[in-house]
Amino acid sequence: MTWNSLINILFIALHAMVPITLTAVGEIVGETAGLFNIGLEGILLLGAFAGVLGAGFAGPMVGLLVGMGTGMAVGLIFSVIAAYWKGNQMIIGIGINLFAAGAVAYTMVILGQPGYRLLSFENRLPLIRTPAGGLSPIIFVALVAPFLVYWFLRRTRAGLILKAAGEAPEAADVAGINVNRVRLVATTFGGMLAGLAGAYMSVAWIGSATKELSAGRGFIALAIVVFSGLNPMLALVGGIIYGVFQSLAIWIKNTPGITFLPWQVFDMLPYVVTLLVVAGAIGRVRFPKALGQPYKRE
Amino acid sequence: MHDRGLPARGVEGILRRGLFGLSPIAESLVAAVLGLGLGAIIMALSGFNPILAYAALLKGGFASTYALATSAACAAPLLLTGLTFAICARAGMFNIGAEGQVYMGALAAVTLSYFVLPPGLAQIVGILFAMTAGALWSLVPALLRVFRGVNEVISTIMFNWISHFLALYLVARILVDPARSSQTVRVPVGARFPILIRGTDLSYAVFAALAFAVVIYVLLWHTASGYEIRAAGFNPRAAKYGGIKSRRTMVMSFLLGGMSAGLAGGAMSMGTPPSYAVFAGLSQIANLGFNGMAVAMVGRNHPLGMIASALFFGGLAAGAREMQMTAGVPTEMVSVVQGVIVLTLAVPELVHIFRIFRRRWPRLLGGRGEA
Repeated sequence: MTWNSLINILFIALHAMVPITLTAVGEIVGETAGLFNIGLEGILLLGAFAGVLGAGFAGPMVGLLVGMGTGMAVGLIFSVIAAYWKGNQMIIGIGINLFAAGAVAYTMVILGQPGYRLLSFENRLPLIRTPAGGLSPIIFVALVAPFLVYWFLRRTRAGLILKAAGEAPEAADVAGINVNRVRLVATTFGGMLAGLAGAYMSVAWIGSATKELSAGRGFIALAIVVFSGLNPMLALVGGIIYGVFQSLAIWIKNTPGITFLPWQVFDMLPYVVTLLVVAGAIGRVRFPKALGQPYKRE
Repeated sequence: MHDRGLPARGVEGILRRGLFGLSPIAESLVAAVLGLGLGAIIMALSGFNPILAYAALLKGGFASTYALATSAACAAPLLLTGLTFAICARAGMFNIGAEGQVYMGALAAVTLSYFVLPPGLAQIVGILFAMTAGALWSLVPALLRVFRGVNEVISTIMFNWISHFLALYLVARILVDPARSSQTVRVPVGARFPILIRGTDLSYAVFAALAFAVVIYVLLWHTASGYEIRAAGFNPRAAKYGGIKSRRTMVMSFLLGGMSAGLAGGAMSMGTPPSYAVFAGLSQIANLGFNGMAVAMVGRNHPLGMIASALFFGGLAAGAREMQMTAGVPTEMVSVVQGVIVLTLAVPELVHIFRIFRRRWPRLLGGRGEA
């Protein structure tokens, strides 16, 4: 491994870390308030596709905003069904994933590029030039967001209200907190971050959207939320570890002479590690008591 | 609020309403109509004629022997993966691991290629291989749930992705066909499910699926073990006081589910012409597990209801091709419809919500505005 390929692996890892970390941090906010959204995979895909459309129309910043807006909209739909209509959260998430896969692939065909949507170079988010290569500015968003959310959840009154909604909804209700509204806001925020993560992938990182772009990242993010025990800083650590694994898999696939190594192992490892962590530490990791259950007054 | 006097929700609620009265069937129908209706709106917005499209869908899915055979061929694996979800839902758990168990079953069945077995015995061995592989793959999440308290949603999601990459590896490196690197070795001719109707994809695999559904029905509704599974899901606390060993029922429902999904994979390998192999991208077995969940929900987690809903979704898949050829609508439309149906079914008091809308906007929806 030369110096150059090491730098390369590091840079790819930094870029690969972003969507996972942003999505995971958003989901931590939602889960802290008590809603478990397994529709993240679908939100990532919808955000990525909407982002490409927006960026192609009016430039990269609009693309990112459109992606965030799309994520918010899906998060809103999720939380209305989950919080107000007491829908089963797993089923809503599955429905979102099925719908997103179909809607994105369908629209791609309608727009004349079946299976993908390219973004012209000038509509991509420019990289920040460094002596060793380009870095996307969103990387810094992903590095800062976990700290901000950590501070918000642990040090502010609003963060405490969020926790109450997930931990003891009855008590929160008695204290005058509108549990359903808190959950709605938290999950919509989570959807927004997932939408940004999706738009980042297409508008800033890869420069196109394909119908398989999310490629399980929504589920990786869910895994990392579990792995982190709802701690945003640990989610960042998990995101970086995942980024390195993915970068190594890409490196093996593209480096002549070592392609005989099973790259699939590196793609698989994040899931294995998460499972081991959860299985080994389940007594220690505690989740909100009311996570996944709709709140209804007796 | 509008919470009072409503049935229990979540898995328990689904079950309770699944057991009594006609309302669940009505809900499935409402969901299907909403899904198809939104699909029609989307098609109209993107410049297609929805009536033409649905006519083609109906024709391609149900209107001829060929159409029905194709629909049934698409429905068979969906029925089995749906059962995986349904059995565990009946036991009060959310098993979304069918996807990975299908991969394992499909790959286990193609290993028949390495054995020389007489026809008849070969099919039986293949089914056993596939079911065992699926069951083993579901065993770990079950044990993690029972002994370590790991939520089955998390563990089955992890297992789906582990098996995704494991399957990619096995297809590309271990089970690869020496002659064609884009697929695995093929199930030998004597070990395949014979084609039932010549010129179609419908093989005897459909009987394997139906038989398994009936076995599950009998097991769950007419044996003591099945009663225990359903009781554990219906009311875990009462079941525990009643002396039902919840660990045993959990593991058992997971194993049955794994066998079902493994069989779905095996049926795909052994009964899908012309390849009788697994492709490098897993294209023909991907998403069977996820789509099966929609089948389970529309079929209300009841094996007999699910035979109908599997045919419905199988018909959508088969008719989509005709819809694309005749009306020009991309086949992906079907996934959109499916997603909307599942989202609709997630809302527990669908009917109740309609009533609220009617009360609030009586003139808009033509209701009488009763209080």
